[in-house]
Amino acid sequence: MNLQSDDFELFGVPHRFAQDRATLDARWKDLQREAHPDRFAAQGAAAQRVAMQWSVRINEAYQRLKDPLKRAAYLCELHGAPIRAEDNTAMPAAFLMQQMQWREALDEAQGAADLDALDDETQAARSAALARCAELIDAQQDWAGAAREVRSLMFIARFARDIDLRREQLGQ
Amino acid sequence: MALLQISEPGQSPDPHQRRIAVGIDLGTTHSLVAAVKSGVAECLPDEQGRVLLPSVVRYFGGGARHIGHEAAAAQTLDPANTLASVKRFMGRGLADIEGHEKLPYDFVAQGAGGMLSLATAAGVKSPVEVSAEILATLRFRAEDSFDSEIYGAVITVPAYFDDAQRQATKDAARLAGLNLLRLINEPTAAAIAYGLDNAAEGIYAVYDLGGGTFDISILRLTQGVFEVIATGGDSALGGDDYDAALADWVLGQLNLQARTPEDKATVRLAARACKEALTATETVAFSARLAGAGISFYVNRSDFATVTAALTQRSLAAARRALRDAQIVREEVQGVVLVGGSTRMPQVREAVAEFFGCEPLTNLNPDEVVAIGASIQANQLAGNDAAGDLLLLDVIPLSLGLETMGGLVERIVGRNETIPTAKAQDFTTYKDGQTALALHVVQGERDLVQDCRSLARFELRGIPPMAAGAARIRVTFTVDADGLLGVSAREQTSGVEASIDVKPSYGLSDDQIAHMLQDGFATAQQDMQARALVEARVDADRLLIATQSALDADGDLLSPNERAAVDALMQALRTALDAAQDAAAVEAATSALARGTEAFAAERMNRGIRDALAGKNVGSL
Repeated sequence: MNLQSDDFELFGVPHRFAQDRATLDARWKDLQREAHPDRFAAQGAAAQRVAMQWSVRINEAYQRLKDPLKRAAYLCELHGAPIRAEDNTAMPAAFLMQQMQWREALDEAQGAADLDALDDETQAARSAALARCAELIDAQQDWAGAAREVRSLMFIARFARDIDLRREQLGQ
Repeated sequence: MALLQISEPGQSPDPHQRRIAVGIDLGTTHSLVAAVKSGVAECLPDEQGRVLLPSVVRYFGGGARHIGHEAAAAQTLDPANTLASVKRFMGRGLADIEGHEKLPYDFVAQGAGGMLSLATAAGVKSPVEVSAEILATLRFRAEDSFDSEIYGAVITVPAYFDDAQRQATKDAARLAGLNLLRLINEPTAAAIAYGLDNAAEGIYAVYDLGGGTFDISILRLTQGVFEVIATGGDSALGGDDYDAALADWVLGQLNLQARTPEDKATVRLAARACKEALTATETVAFSARLAGAGISFYVNRSDFATVTAALTQRSLAAARRALRDAQIVREEVQGVVLVGGSTRMPQVREAVAEFFGCEPLTNLNPDEVVAIGASIQANQLAGNDAAGDLLLLDVIPLSLGLETMGGLVERIVGRNETIPTAKAQDFTTYKDGQTALALHVVQGERDLVQDCRSLARFELRGIPPMAAGAARIRVTFTVDADGLLGVSAREQTSGVEASIDVKPSYGLSDDQIAHMLQDGFATAQQDMQARALVEARVDADRLLIATQSALDADGDLLSPNERAAVDALMQALRTALDAAQDAAAVEAATSALARGTEAFAAERMNRGIRDALAGKNVGSL
């Protein structure tokens, strides 16, 4: 165990997509109890610096492990299938069609009810994509296939953020 | 005759063991200092038994000044030299202060470090200096109370304070001669006081409406861990704005205006008095002497609620956003803790109760709860409470980003991310032989640089000259547990560390602070060099004790050679301490020991982490 260990090793959990959120939360707090700079406030600069490095590293790992999208992306990367969202935007035509429909619906949304309906729809799409991710990673070890699902999940996440923005604009 | 103290074997009272650490709530309207005394956290009173110190400083020509009650009483008498609510000016330019023309002060738009300043009879004062006067007053109060020097302080800031406002508070502590242990967020401090007092577990919201700032924090409390899930707020929304709205409305009804500094101060104070009286009664007379004539106008509680409804709504909008960020629905919130004197307003209480669907918790004094929580954290940070298992996991309130092409913001750290955190970003050069790089860091949620707050410009120098696009400069942005940003940069292929010049957009440089210190500040009476030596000795002692206890606990991690090296460094530091007449020699030996024990510290941490996970892996597989 050291600063170079991967997130799963650091948290002492198996290398897989399916994770128990309660275990991750408890581990995070156990680790921060050991490493947080506040524990070393009276112990000099060297101990403070080390604690800071560890505490940052633990938070980084927790951020990645607790978020299913980031966790899936991380597993793909560890297994040689990087997501490359910046330069790989080729998506299936059906998916792009649905995205366009969503965008139109968002532009036309008048109030909370419209936004709630869109929210439900994106949530359902997200859950379905996550289930496929779990299957591709944990059962089939199909990393390239999982990376494709991660890219579509990133589209969905961006759209969910836009719904939130629109909600704020409408003063909901 | 005093009784002899007898302690249990192995628990002899070491003079270094008990360090006096205080919590300070540096408020817009009032400030307080609290400390843990014989196991109980309490606010420390002044000689007249008052715990609240009005955050008001009056300056006189010739360097004299009044701080607190005496100054507060002079606000209408000498408004331009009697500075109140300066917390609202910390880390801010004049253009940021809405309604500044209604304040009775003589503003200097371009004060030290881009921050606004105030012209007084004692010269131009930065809000940082004014805040330092208040901090120093509380420091002296605590020192008198314990009849001893103070080891350090935890100072609270609004959770929604940005980097510049936090840095300004830190600078004020430095000017006041305080060893700052931590900046913690006011709602988090309140949650500590409330949570520990009530053994609370679960999800709580803290609604903190102070004199000048509003915070909402959503926390999860579990077995001594205070985890902030999300925070939101408005660092320019508070009781002062309710006063101003009431004053504007009353003056509007009477078709009057306040023009002179005296009238402006009079109207503000009359509005505050009227607001406070409305908490207990339905109808109150707003009375003041304006331009030599007396005015009196009856205000109903419902009138007051109506003219301030937009302000209350603004706070609820922030609460709604925080809940959404936390991905928590209102029903999951087990209780709402009210903090800040402004939560005494009935319309605020009613609005909060209605929004969360439950009666807010008010069993702690909303004025004192923040200082009490801060003192508990200070006591633990000073190492007085070895068994204490209080752990704060707080978040950064506003996203940090970089300016990119076309004035767009590239987000580096998202809001509500747990701190400490660090993010690395790679850059390259666009010209052959380029050796410097400029970065502009902003804070805020908007996509355009012009809509965010400029924090600082960083100039990286000393990049080895290479062909355009060949350099790989990794810039690391660190946000520490105080929520403060640090930046470091390294060219990856050569390993050369770039030097960094920081130009804060609103903040004091080291030189300016040194200048203020020399310029006859609260600590000016003391000989600066003597003070430096005392501080160096304290640091050295602290490190020696920490190193010795580390060796006692984990000395087996070191080989005999490594052990001998550490022993030699410790001996060298002790020698420097015995001989030292100047701070530099002690500081050099201290940092030599710190450097020499870095690898040991890292090994110890690895062991601690391993132990934390030991025996837990089997069950989860």
